[in-house]
Amino acid sequence: MLIAAKVREIRAKDIAEAVAQLCQRANFELEESVLAALKQAQQNEPSPLGKEILRQLIDNARVAEAKNLPLCQDCGSAVIFLEVGQDAHVIDGDLNEAVSGGVGQGYTQGYLRKSMVNQPFSERKNTGDNTPPIIHTEIVPGDHIRIICLPKGAGSENMSRLAMLRPGEGREGIIDFVVRAVDEAGANPCPPLIIGLGIGATSEGAMLLAKKALLRPIGQPNPDPEIAALEAELLARINGLGIGPMGVGGVTTALAVHAEARPTHIACLPVAINFQCHCARHKEARL
Amino acid sequence: MEAVPINIPLDRKTIKELTAGTPVLISGTVYTARDAAHKRLIEALKRRETLPFPLKGQTIYYTGPSPARPGRVIGSAGPTTSGRMDIYTPRLLSAGLKAMIGKGQRSAEVRAALQKYKAIYFIAIGGAGALLAQAIKKATVVAYDDLGPEAVRELTVENFPAIVANDIYGNDLFEQGRAQYRKEKG
Repeated sequence: MLIAAKVREIRAKDIAEAVAQLCQRANFELEESVLAALKQAQQNEPSPLGKEILRQLIDNARVAEAKNLPLCQDCGSAVIFLEVGQDAHVIDGDLNEAVSGGVGQGYTQGYLRKSMVNQPFSERKNTGDNTPPIIHTEIVPGDHIRIICLPKGAGSENMSRLAMLRPGEGREGIIDFVVRAVDEAGANPCPPLIIGLGIGATSEGAMLLAKKALLRPIGQPNPDPEIAALEAELLARINGLGIGPMGVGGVTTALAVHAEARPTHIACLPVAINFQCHCARHKEARL
Repeated sequence: MEAVPINIPLDRKTIKELTAGTPVLISGTVYTARDAAHKRLIEALKRRETLPFPLKGQTIYYTGPSPARPGRVIGSAGPTTSGRMDIYTPRLLSAGLKAMIGKGQRSAEVRAALQKYKAIYFIAIGGAGALLAQAIKKATVVAYDDLGPEAVRELTVENFPAIVANDIYGNDLFEQGRAQYRKEKG
């Protein structure tokens, strides 16, 4: 017997419109948990220069939102996470084209900086509307589409690292690798940072996990106590490096470490780091 | 720590007085340039061509602003990572550049060139582009318009907040700051 599946129709135009709005809001409004973490850090920071920088970052968020100005002139590559319910049906257009069109529209309407170049190692001509976006799609149960827009700036993205550790290096190996990577990055990725970690899976799986880890609200630990303990230890070690806000010295080098772990091969221990500057932007919508 | 108001182009006396770690408020004219513009400036110097702006004594700000909304001077305009310009900087310093504003640490070569040519490296706050834009009063594209956000712009700034990161005496703000607050051996 055939059972007719209940399918919900979602118009491509509505997806494009939602993406256009998300790109703008993400660039103008700092996430609440980030703002709260910056305020907390400002109170705790003993370095006078570091404290003043944190004050200006909080002020920057106020000015950006009040004037519809991007928080940072680097309005990022548009990284889009799509959760597509298996019972959702996109009509009147192509899903990926709708997302890309929405990015172009959002970056143009919002006076956001267009930073994408076509050919990465020779011509490097600006595409003019910040397309193409980087789209990660996941099929999930349900009849909805969830869209998360994460404009990712290059200063922090450029510090990303991947290590394929030997399994025997274990927890200590992960800590050494991460602490060293943050130390070497120094002032460049615009501390205070949010460190996204992907542990396990494969090389590309770990990198995607690291990026997704950035979406968690600041200060919310991993629900697994063992991973949460690793996050806490890493945060303490990183803040002991002395780098401080913008690298001028201080105890606020990172606001959070967010780690995600997945099963891996008997011979593997992939560890991916995605650096996120304090200007941690992401907004989401559900259609 | 009270910020020191200074004018640019920097005069010799001011350059001598500035030391790493001093917060300043900069007023005057700066020229924006980042990766692509630097590449062209260096090529122009190689060909012994006249540069599109007078480099001697001047200040370069590493920024690629977001577009201005109608009726506004500029969009957001914070600093970009200076390290990417390290390969070009000693040549520009030898041609008379006196100051740079960016973010992040410089290479050993650049730090040595700052001492040799008596020039200053300032940092502004990365990711504070909306706030920093409030100190920019005028913006005009003067060269390489085809580079879009990377075009060279002449900016008039008033009380633009920055910090001296490298002075002419070899001091480095990042090394000093880290030494003071470091607990980790590394």
